Amino acid sequence: MSETLFTPMTNGQALPLAEIADLSLAEFRAAVVRGVRGGLRLACLCADEELNLYAVLADDPGHRLLAGRTRLDRPRYPSLTPECAQAHLFERELAEQFGIRPEGHPWFKPVRFHASWAEGRDAWNRTGPILPGVIDFYQVKGEEVHEVAVGPVHAGVIEPGHFRFQCHGETVFHLEIALGYQHRGIERALAGGPHPLSLKHAETVCGDSTVAHTWAYCRNLEALAGAEVPARAERVRSVALELERAANHTGDLGAMAGDVGFLPTSSFCGRIRGDWLNMTAEACGSRLGRDWLRPGGLRMDLDSTRARALAARLERTWDDTRDAVELLWGAASVLNRFEAAGAVDPILAREIGLVGVPARACGIALDVRRDHPYGPYAQHPVALSLAAAGNVHSRAWVRWLELAESHSFLRSALVSLAWSEPERPAPLPPPAADSFCVSMVEGWRGEVLHLAITDARGRFRRYKIVDPSFHNWFGLALALRGELISDFPLCNKSFNLSYCGHDL
Amino acid sequence: MIHILLSRWRQGRRTMAYPRTLPALPERFRGRPQFSPGDCPEDCRACRDACPTGAIQLEPKPSLDLGRCLFCTECVDACPGEVLRFTGDHRLAARGREDLVQEAGAQPRLAEALDKELMRVLGRSLKLRVVSAGGCNGCEVDVNVLGTLAWDIGRFGIQFVASPRHADGLIICGPVTANMALAVQKTYDAVPDPKIVIAVGACAISGGPYLHQAEQLGGACGAGIPVDLFIPGCPPHPLTILDGLLRLLGRIH
Repeated sequence: MSETLFTPMTNGQALPLAEIADLSLAEFRAAVVRGVRGGLRLACLCADEELNLYAVLADDPGHRLLAGRTRLDRPRYPSLTPECAQAHLFERELAEQFGIRPEGHPWFKPVRFHASWAEGRDAWNRTGPILPGVIDFYQVKGEEVHEVAVGPVHAGVIEPGHFRFQCHGETVFHLEIALGYQHRGIERALAGGPHPLSLKHAETVCGDSTVAHTWAYCRNLEALAGAEVPARAERVRSVALELERAANHTGDLGAMAGDVGFLPTSSFCGRIRGDWLNMTAEACGSRLGRDWLRPGGLRMDLDSTRARALAARLERTWDDTRDAVELLWGAASVLNRFEAAGAVDPILAREIGLVGVPARACGIALDVRRDHPYGPYAQHPVALSLAAAGNVHSRAWVRWLELAESHSFLRSALVSLAWSEPERPAPLPPPAADSFCVSMVEGWRGEVLHLAITDARGRFRRYKIVDPSFHNWFGLALALRGELISDFPLCNKSFNLSYCGHDL
Repeated sequence: MIHILLSRWRQGRRTMAYPRTLPALPERFRGRPQFSPGDCPEDCRACRDACPTGAIQLEPKPSLDLGRCLFCTECVDACPGEVLRFTGDHRLAARGREDLVQEAGAQPRLAEALDKELMRVLGRSLKLRVVSAGGCNGCEVDVNVLGTLAWDIGRFGIQFVASPRHADGLIICGPVTANMALAVQKTYDAVPDPKIVIAVGACAISGGPYLHQAEQLGGACGAGIPVDLFIPGCPPHPLTILDGLLRLLGRIH
């Protein structure tokens, strides 16, 4: 990697905003484009009302982040996307939020279908009401080509989104995904915060990733306050995070089994997922880990008695999980369906910046816990779980490897918690003024990124959240190319992306 | 095949005996809040000021709105005494929005069964269509879990169906975002009469943590959908949801 003009920082480090490289637009663009060409990843690109652009590049092998900014003198600039595909959704997002037009963007459509936050400045010059899902969908024309439209309301207990398939018979040529139905204004609500509801907003960015998002939020506030969190509290947080991962991976493996009609694993895992969630409830009263973490430490500690009880439950739940999941790998009908569906080309996966399970399923060595360690993960590393083929089987296999890793991590973490007693954390000072902080956590879906920029009073001037689903929805669209439309549910389940995390 | 049978034997029968016996809830589970403001210091407003959703009112009479409560313990932490606490009582569902506003010392008004005519039509077979309308997917998670073999909601004649045309009613989760308003209305219209609506979670009842956001309508009621059963929580425990459904069907009293 050649030298960059961007400012190096680490995960969860707060810097005065003045220290973040303030570049000309040309320098900023070049740093992003060259950086990504040289192997960096665009982890975040966002704007604010004063026409500032901010970018965070991840140098994963180098264990560092690179941040830079530029100030536009008018609400438009030459789009990065033609030279850097990873910018594609970020540029649509900042256009929608602040009416800034990335000129020459090849796929310039709204992301969440809301009015611009900058009054009187709309990137599409819209004046009437904004209707969700109403866009010019990409269309394939031809005598036997037909279009299939699905959603926003789906045939199951799942979130809303609109899918538009271009098909030739059963074969999908192209899938376009239009989301935004879950948009409830979280980033706008966080602006000017922290407010009394801000912690709740962090917890509910995505309900099944409550711990991941809450931890990322807490780390931002702690870094901005210059506070050190007791190591034991961080250990408890990691237990919360790995329980969340285990519950969701178990549920996903069961759901994928269900989609290929393999009912034993499907039924067992549906129940065992509940056993994992109930372990979280034993620790904090809530199955989703609500009100467990708080800035500065924990709202509810995991005392030694509870840790011991959880350790015993862990082994029982793990035995059930292993028994249920291993059936998959011995069933030819499952393997046949898993291996034949939903392949993403690893080169494309890298180019569009996939993260988390789908990235590792393509052999991309990426895990925040290893690359940008936080909390106890520096001293207690987890092994990277990789597969190579990038198909449904690879995504299932990566989940299975990670489940085993989470189990052994939890086992040793709970032992150490069983032999120590909670310490009372000091109250958290207010966030520093005019500062910039990026915090990343490896949630069960992948990289959860929270970016906080404070104003002169130490309030959030801008709070940006990037759920892993934001990077990965386009991966699902790619996985469907050339597949049979009847395999969509299976492919979709193998990604299991979040609508609310994307829509904010 | 033999492996599947062995697993089946090892995993055993796991459907819970509820409602015959109550499953054990965790010690830290937060159910119905209880408060006795008789012991409050004069002019103390700590709990009201601490509540992030404004669920607590002190005038004219102290009351707590379960439809807004996120069960987050901010009020308990702020209280200088021990006036407030969360009990382990999972029974929270109510038929009327005003029944969720709990006055100090008053008996909770739990959900009553459907009237005779609706009970005749829906009492033994209730098909529900779940509409997710802008929350965090947490309520959906805990509704979905009722379909697993641990809860096996089918044994009560209740089933989640794929189309509103096949449904007797809707479960609405989420604050109903502006972007979902039309879809919710169309789904409601597509359910044949007679139909019922169940609002699950603080979002669907009051807007929940998003109640101040202009991007949402304040839940099912705010979206103009008449609600027959309110199930509070953020999210409600599956047991709270099932308790509400069974009360509605007159299976438990």
